[in-house]
Amino acid sequence: MSLFLTQLMIGIGSGAVYASLALALVLVFRTTGILNFAQGEMALYSTYLVWFFTERSVPVWIAILLAMAISFVGGAAIERILIRPVEQASPLVLVIVTIGMFLAINSIAQVQFGNDIKLLPRAYPNKTWLPGNVQISSDTLVLVGVLIAECLILYLVLNRTKIGLAFRAVASNAESSRLVGVPVGRMLMLGWAMAAAIGALAGALVIAPVGLQGASMQQILVYAFAAAALGGFDSPVGAVVAGLIVGVVGTMTTQYLHVVHDIELVVPFGLILVVLLFRPAGLFGTTRVERV
Amino acid sequence: MTDLLKVSELRAGYGAVRVLQGLDFSVAAGEVVVILGANGAGKTTTLRALSGMIDASGKVMFDGHPIGGRRPEQIAAAGIAHVPQGRGTIVDLTVDENLRIGAYRRRDAPGIAADIARWYSTFPRLKERQTQQAGSMSGGEQQMLAIARALMGRPKLVLLDEPSLGLAPLVTQELFRTLADLNRDDGISMLVVEQNAGLALKLAARGYVLETGTIVTSGTADELAGNDDVRRAYLGI
Repeated sequence: MSLFLTQLMIGIGSGAVYASLALALVLVFRTTGILNFAQGEMALYSTYLVWFFTERSVPVWIAILLAMAISFVGGAAIERILIRPVEQASPLVLVIVTIGMFLAINSIAQVQFGNDIKLLPRAYPNKTWLPGNVQISSDTLVLVGVLIAECLILYLVLNRTKIGLAFRAVASNAESSRLVGVPVGRMLMLGWAMAAAIGALAGALVIAPVGLQGASMQQILVYAFAAAALGGFDSPVGAVVAGLIVGVVGTMTTQYLHVVHDIELVVPFGLILVVLLFRPAGLFGTTRVERV
Repeated sequence: MTDLLKVSELRAGYGAVRVLQGLDFSVAAGEVVVILGANGAGKTTTLRALSGMIDASGKVMFDGHPIGGRRPEQIAAAGIAHVPQGRGTIVDLTVDENLRIGAYRRRDAPGIAADIARWYSTFPRLKERQTQQAGSMSGGEQQMLAIARALMGRPKLVLLDEPSLGLAPLVTQELFRTLADLNRDDGISMLVVEQNAGLALKLAARGYVLETGTIVTSGTADELAGNDDVRRAYLGI
């Protein structure tokens, strides 16, 4: 039982990361209707920035905040410069643009920072507690705590501020929002900006324990995409719940079904396939999920 | 009366297709003007060109300033509210939030609260549903919401695109009565595009008849009501 609970805690910890990144994907999808395949690489680049600052003796939490701020501005700039000109293009074009960004950002990061493994200083001490024989690591607590803080801040910004109201209005009906004077372009930039900042935080926290290199974010992005699909691409709540589900199922598979190598990659996706067969919009999504 | 809106040589279209072939019309301050015409005559295109939703050429003077070529949010800020065809409900927001987003450009919190209360008393059905998601309401309620949302911005001119579309006859009549009250009591100017010529001509003081992107007839509402061109436009010949 305590083994099960220990694995559950580990699963929730990694699930919190998938949930964060899935939340970023949902923010972008809700506003611009785009599946951003470059979200993981944007987070990778942000994490390189954290490393860059810590190498210059900036305290790690400050480095993370700086990287988040730069990512916020960078995300807005990407929307304005790369996405806006092709906003009305076919979904296929948009997929190609974000895949192009995926490759470009990855390459730029490696050219700029080199392809050796970078070790990031930990932002918090590595500790483990054993309440009732269940192992809980500080990693899990921090990742879950950060996810809760993110959700809380997002909720307050979106539901308690005027800019949040405008953001939700644009996500629901851009044309009507424009007709009452909401600057729609700025709201789309805000969506990309918030997504980039959330991705930066997730990247910095998940990579610190294992080291940073060019492919660091790729598997995480695949899981985040799976979580966003499972939860529904237009549902922030779905992203969080499904992120945790994907994390827990992945960990449990490794623990209990590890008969074939890499089976932990198969089971979560098999589960998602089954759910989507019966609920194509995802667990929390509405049925209208295609671009029109 | 002075012209609130004066349009000359308005041309617009979609891509290579030109829909409007150069329109001249005006709306005086406090006046209700109707544009009649069959499907595809260019009525909706005219309104979309005025509110900046599509590119247009020609001269558009509003309240003494040229507004041609400006972006929709700037035109909204200048005082033109567009109630789009199909109501443009922001379906994921509540009724209350739909009204508050209508006041996005305003900074006077007490005034906004007073206006919300005012439109709730004009449209009691909206008050009953204020915390409900707007997308779950009936067509008539959504049309009331669209009009109230537009009025939250305190516009000088309201563009109404087919307000009767998809509504039951009784609901349509009630809606047009409310529009007439708003014009009479608050002096709100309106440019209305409407298929229901009978109702529209009762509301409006003047009208224009649009046929394949050109104005073929204009006159007072009474003149148009007895005009053959009007009937012809509605038969779509």
